[in-house]
Amino acid sequence: MAGLLRRRSRRLLAGLARPYRWWLALAAVLILIRSAAFLSLPYLVGLGIDKGVRPGTTGNLSTLYLIVGALLLAIALNALANFAFLRVSGQIGANMLFDLRRTLFAHVQELSLSFYERYTSGRIISRLTSDIDALNELLSTGLNSVLTSTISVLAITVILLRLDVRLGMVTLVAMPIVVALTYWFRSNSGRAYRAVRRAIVLVIVHYVESLGGIRAVHAFRREPRNQEIFEDVDARYRDANIWSNRLVSTFGPAINLLGRLTTTSVLLYGGYLVIQGQLTLGILTAFVLYLRQFFDPMQELSQFYNVLQAAGAALEKLAGVIEEAPTVPESVTPIRLDSVKGAVAFEHVTFAYRDKPVLHDIDLNVPAGQIVALVGETGAGKTTMARLIARFYDPTIGRVTLDDVDLRDVAVEELRRAVVTVTQESFLFSGTVGENLLFGRPGATRDEMVEAAKAIGAHEFISAMPNGYDTDVRRRGVRLSSGQRQLVAFARAFLADPRVLILDEATSSLDLPSERLVQRALRTLLRGRTAVIIAHRLSTVEIADRVLVVDAGRVIEDGPPSELRVAEGRYGSLHRQWLESLA
Amino acid sequence: MVVVFAVSQVGSLVAAASIPKVIQHIVDGPITHRHLDQLLPMGALLVAVGLVEFIFVFLRRHYSGTASLHMETDLRNDFYAHLQGLQVSFHDNWQSGQLLSRAISDIATVRRFVSFALIWFLQTVVTFVVVVILMLQLDWQLALVVVGCMLPIAFFSHRFHEKYKFIARRMQDQQGDLTTIIEEMATGVRIIKAFGRMPLMQKRFEDQAGLLRGTSLHAINERAEIWTQLNFLPNLSLVSVLLLGGMSVVQGRLTIGGLVAFMSYVFMLTWPMDAIGWVLAMREEFQTASERLNEVLDSHPEIADRTHARTHERSRGRIEFRGVGFKYPKSNDWILRDLNLVVEPGETVGLVGRTGSGKTTLAYLVPRLYDVSEGSVLLDGIDVRDLQLRSLRSHIGVAFEDPILFSASVHENLVMGRAIVSDHELKRAIDVAQAGFVWDLPWGLETRVGEQGYTLSGGQRQRLALARAVLGTPPVLVLDDPLSAVDVHTEAAIEEALARALQGVTGLLVVHRPSTLALADRVALIDGGSIAAIGTHRELLRTNELYRALLSQEYREDREEALA
Ligand SMILES: Nc1ncnc2c1ncn2[C@@H]1O[C@H](COP(=O)(O)OP(=O)(O)OP(=O)(O)O)[C@@H](O)[C@H]1O
Ligand SMILES: Nc1ncnc2c1ncn2[C@@H]1O[C@H](COP(=O)(O)OP(=O)(O)OP(=O)(O)O)[C@@H](O)[C@H]1O
Ligand SMILES: [Mg+2]
Ligand SMILES: [Mg+2]
Repeated sequence: MAGLLRRRSRRLLAGLARPYRWWLALAAVLILIRSAAFLSLPYLVGLGIDKGVRPGTTGNLSTLYLIVGALLLAIALNALANFAFLRVSGQIGANMLFDLRRTLFAHVQELSLSFYERYTSGRIISRLTSDIDALNELLSTGLNSVLTSTISVLAITVILLRLDVRLGMVTLVAMPIVVALTYWFRSNSGRAYRAVRRAIVLVIVHYVESLGGIRAVHAFRREPRNQEIFEDVDARYRDANIWSNRLVSTFGPAINLLGRLTTTSVLLYGGYLVIQGQLTLGILTAFVLYLRQFFDPMQELSQFYNVLQAAGAALEKLAGVIEEAPTVPESVTPIRLDSVKGAVAFEHVTFAYRDKPVLHDIDLNVPAGQIVALVGETGAGKTTMARLIARFYDPTIGRVTLDDVDLRDVAVEELRRAVVTVTQESFLFSGTVGENLLFGRPGATRDEMVEAAKAIGAHEFISAMPNGYDTDVRRRGVRLSSGQRQLVAFARAFLADPRVLILDEATSSLDLPSERLVQRALRTLLRGRTAVIIAHRLSTVEIADRVLVVDAGRVIEDGPPSELRVAEGRYGSLHRQWLESLA
Repeated sequence: MVVVFAVSQVGSLVAAASIPKVIQHIVDGPITHRHLDQLLPMGALLVAVGLVEFIFVFLRRHYSGTASLHMETDLRNDFYAHLQGLQVSFHDNWQSGQLLSRAISDIATVRRFVSFALIWFLQTVVTFVVVVILMLQLDWQLALVVVGCMLPIAFFSHRFHEKYKFIARRMQDQQGDLTTIIEEMATGVRIIKAFGRMPLMQKRFEDQAGLLRGTSLHAINERAEIWTQLNFLPNLSLVSVLLLGGMSVVQGRLTIGGLVAFMSYVFMLTWPMDAIGWVLAMREEFQTASERLNEVLDSHPEIADRTHARTHERSRGRIEFRGVGFKYPKSNDWILRDLNLVVEPGETVGLVGRTGSGKTTLAYLVPRLYDVSEGSVLLDGIDVRDLQLRSLRSHIGVAFEDPILFSASVHENLVMGRAIVSDHELKRAIDVAQAGFVWDLPWGLETRVGEQGYTLSGGQRQRLALARAVLGTPPVLVLDDPLSAVDVHTEAAIEEALARALQGVTGLLVVHRPSTLALADRVALIDGGSIAAIGTHRELLRTNELYRALLSQEYREDREEALA
C-alpha cells in the first residue's frame, strides 16, 4: 500500500496494526480458506455434471452422491471460514479503533493550554469523533474487500495467462491505464476528502460553540445569524461531499468501462485469431467469461481504494494531532522532590502569550508557608502569574521554581499534587456534586469530602438539595447558582490538600456572609501551606502575610498589608477606595 | 431530477444487460461465420454500449449521491434550527454529546440508508424476482426447491431484527456518551490540568470507549451470523439443485443443458443475498437513527411565540412581576413563589439575596429564557408571553454572571444578532463598560477572542459582556453581578459611566457588593423565594436584619478585631 497514503498517516496506521499482526495473518488464512472453498464450487458443480450425471443410465448415482457430499463439505467450510473471518476481522477493526481512540485521547490530554486556545474544543471533538468514524469503515470492511479482491485478481490473472498468453497480454495492457486512472483519482479525491474533513470540522465547531452559549444566543437574538453561518458551513460540507461523490461516480464506472474495452479488444483480437485458425472458439469464450471475473474484483478494489482515500484524509488529520508536541513538556529526567515544602520563586521571569508580552522581568521569592496576595488592575497579569506557578505555561525568559527546582524539571504528577489552582472560572463537570468534589482527591472518603464542604460552608446548601451530595449538577454545573458553583470548586481544591494553593478570584461570586465565612476558614485552612490569593475584594487580602501589587506585568509594591495600607502607594489608594465603596 | 434518476437507473440496467447479448452476437455471428469485416463494426457497437452504460451509471450515482447529500444537509439545517429554537432548559437537561452525535452521525446514517440501501434493496428484489421467474420457466419443481431453501431468510432476518435493534440503539447512545466525555475533556481541560486528573479522565474515557467496543463487537458478531446465513442459503440450494436436478437428468426429465442453465441462475442469487445482509443491518441503524432524531425533533419549544403574539415597537420599560412562582423543569422545589415587584420606567432596582436565593433565576424570566410556572411577568403591562420573542428580547440588554463569549471577533461578540450597529454606538458601549482594552488588541475589534473568551483576562471578559448588554441602549437592562471580576478602580469608573447609561433606562441589577448599589434607586431583598423587603439601601440597612448581614461593613469590626 506504499505511496497510497502520506507518510505520517501510514506510520500511524502501521503502528495501530502492529499488535494485531498475528490476528491479521489468521484473517488472511481464513480468507484463503474461504476463497478456496468458494472457488471450488463451480469446479465441483462442473465435475458433478460431467461425471455424476449420465442421462438415461439409471442406477449408479454414487458418483453424484460423492460429489454432492464434497460440495456440502465445501459450502460448510466456506460458511465456517466466512463466519470466522468476519468475526476476526471485525474484532481487529474494533480493537484498532479502540486503541486509536485511547492513544489520541491520552495524547490530546497531554497537550498544553496554548494548543487548546489555538485549536478550540470543537476541533478536538471533531477529531475524536467524526475523523475516527471516517476510519471505522476502512477498519470494519476494508480488510475483507482488499483481501478477497486481491486474491481473486491474482488468481484470475494466472488463469488468463495460462489460457492464452496472447490474449492475456492484451488484458495486461489495460493495467497501465488502471494505474493512470488510479493516479488521477488519488490526486483529486485526496483533495476532495481533505475538503470534506475541513468542512465537517467547521460544522462541528460552530454547532458546539453556538449551542454551548445558547443563553446568550437567545438573549441577543442571534439565531438567524447562527443559522446562516451553519447553513453556510453545512453547504460547504455538502459540496465537498458532492465533489468526492462525483469522483467516485466517475472512477468506478471508468474501471468498468475499461473492462468493457478490454473485453472488446480481446474479442476483436481473439476473433481475428479464431478466424485465422490460431485459436479455438472454446478458449475465446472461456477467456471472455473469466474477464468478467477479473474486472468485478477490480471494481471492488476501486471501492476499497475510495474508502482508503476517505480514511486517509482523516488519518492525516489525526496524525497531525499526534504530531503536536506539548509546548510545556514533562522532563525526561524529572527531579524527585521528596516532600514538597512549598517555596515558590520567580527568577527574572518574562512571559508572552504568543507575541503579546504580559509579564516583564519578575523576580520574586515566596518562602514556604507564606500567604501572598496579588492585587492589581484587571488585565495586569495576575492570573498569568498564577498560571506560571501551576506550569500551565513556561516562562519565555527566566524560570519559576518550586523548592528551588525549576518547574520544568519537576514530574508533572508531583507538581499537580503539590500545586492546585482554583481558577477564575469555576468549571464543574456533569455528574454529582460528590463526584465533582472527589475530582480534587479521587481516593478521599465520604467523610473527608463532607468535611471539606463543611470547612468552606458548602455543606449546608448541598445537603438541602433533593439528593444531597448525589445531586446531578449537569453540564458545567448549570444546576447550581454561580455562588454555589464557586463553593464547590473551592471545596474541591481543599480536598486536594496541596502544599501550594492558588486562589484566583475564588470568592468573587459569593455573598458577603459566605465570603466572610470562607475568609475565616482560610485562616486555619491555609496554615502550613503556601498560598497565592488573587482578589479584587481587599477583605480577602487582609489575611495575607504579604501583598504584591501587579501593574502592567510588573510587581510595583511588595510588603505586608498593614504597612502598604497606610503608605502613600498604589495599594494605599486602592484600599482607601475600597473602604469608601463599602460605605 | 427524478426523471434523470429514473432514466439513468433504467438505462444503466438495460445497457449492462445487453452487453452479454452483444458479446454472444459477436461470438455466434462474425467469429463463428468467419466474417472478419463484420468484426470491427460489432466491436464498435460493444464500445458504444459500454460508453452508454458508463454515462448512465455516472449519472445515476452522481444524481442519487447529490440528492441524498442535499437531503442530509437540509435535515441537519432543520435539526440545528430546531435546537436553536428549543428553550434553555432543554439544553440544560440534555448532554451536548448526545445532541452532537445525533446531528452528525445519525443524520449521516439516514443519508446512507436512503442513498445506498434503498437502491440496493430495489435492485436485489428485481434481480431476485427475475431470476425466480426464469427458473420457474425452466423447471418449476427445481425452482420450488430453490425458493424452499431461501425461506429461512424470513426467520433469520426476523431474529436478526429482534436482536440488532437493541444493539444499534445501544451503540448509538454509547457513541453519544463518548462524545460527551470528549466534550467535557476539551472544555474542562483547565480544571483537569489544574488537578492533574488526566489519568482519571483517561479512565472514564476508556471505560466508555470499552463499552462502545463491546457493543460493536456484539454487532459485528450478529452481522457475521446473518451474513453467513444469507451466504449459505444460495449455496445450499445449489447443492440441492445439483442432487435433485442430477437425478432428474438421470431419469431423463431434464437435459444437461437445462441443468447447467439452472445452476448458473442459482449462482446469480449470491450477490443479492449479500446485499440483503447489508440492507438489513443498515435498516436497523437507520431506524435507530431516526428514532433518536425524533426524540429531539418531537420536543416542541416550550418558549416560543404564541399564535397571537404581538410585536411591541417601543417599550417604556415598565417591568412587573405579578405573583410569580418558578420551579425549574423536572424539579419540585419552588425557587420563587408569590413574588411581586414593579420596576417603574427609568428606575433601577437592585436585587440582593444570599447565594442561591434565586436572583439569577428572576433575571432570566425577563427575556423569557425560562417561563414562570405561575403568575406572570409583564413588560409595559403586557404579559411577556404574549409578545413575540424577538420583539421582547430586542428591548432587553442582558449581562450574564458568566460572560458567555464565542470564538469570534470582538465585534461579532458585541453585536451578536442585532442589526448593523454604528461605530459611534459601539464606542459608546465600550466606554460605558470601560472596555477600552479592545482597541489595543492586535487587530482591534476584529481580533478573535479565544473560545469562551479565554484569551482575555477575567475582568476583560466581563467588561466585554457588559458592553454587549448596553450596546444599542435597550430600554431595559438586566445586569447579573456585572462587576464581580473587576478591581475597585475600574469598578468605580464603570459605576460612574453606568449611572449615566442607566438614566431613563429601566435596570434590574443583581449585586453582592454595596458599592454598586449606589446605582440603584431601590433595592429588593430576595429571601425564601419572594421579596422579603424593598426600599432604599439606607432604609433597608436600618430596618432589615438579613440585609445588614448581607451588605453591612460588618467586615470592619471583623478586621478591627483581627488587628486588636
Ligand atoms: N491565553 C491568552 N492568550 C493571549 N493573551 C492573553 C491570554 N490570557 C490573558 N491574556 C492577556 O494577558 C493580559 C493579562 O491577563 P491576566 O489574565 O493575567 O490578567 P489578570 O491580572 O488576571 O486580570 P483580571 O483581574 O481581569 O483577571 C491581558 O491583557 C489578557 O488580555
Ligand atoms: N437548572 C436548575 N435546575 C434546578 N435547580 C436549579 C437550576 N438552576 C439553579 N437551580 C437552583 O435554584 C436556586 C437559585 O439559583 P440562582 O442561580 O437563581 O441563584 P442566585 O440567587 O443567582 O445565586 P448566586 O448569588 O450564587 O448567583 C439555587 O438553589 C440553585 O441550586
Ligand atoms: Mg485574572
Ligand atoms: Mg446568580
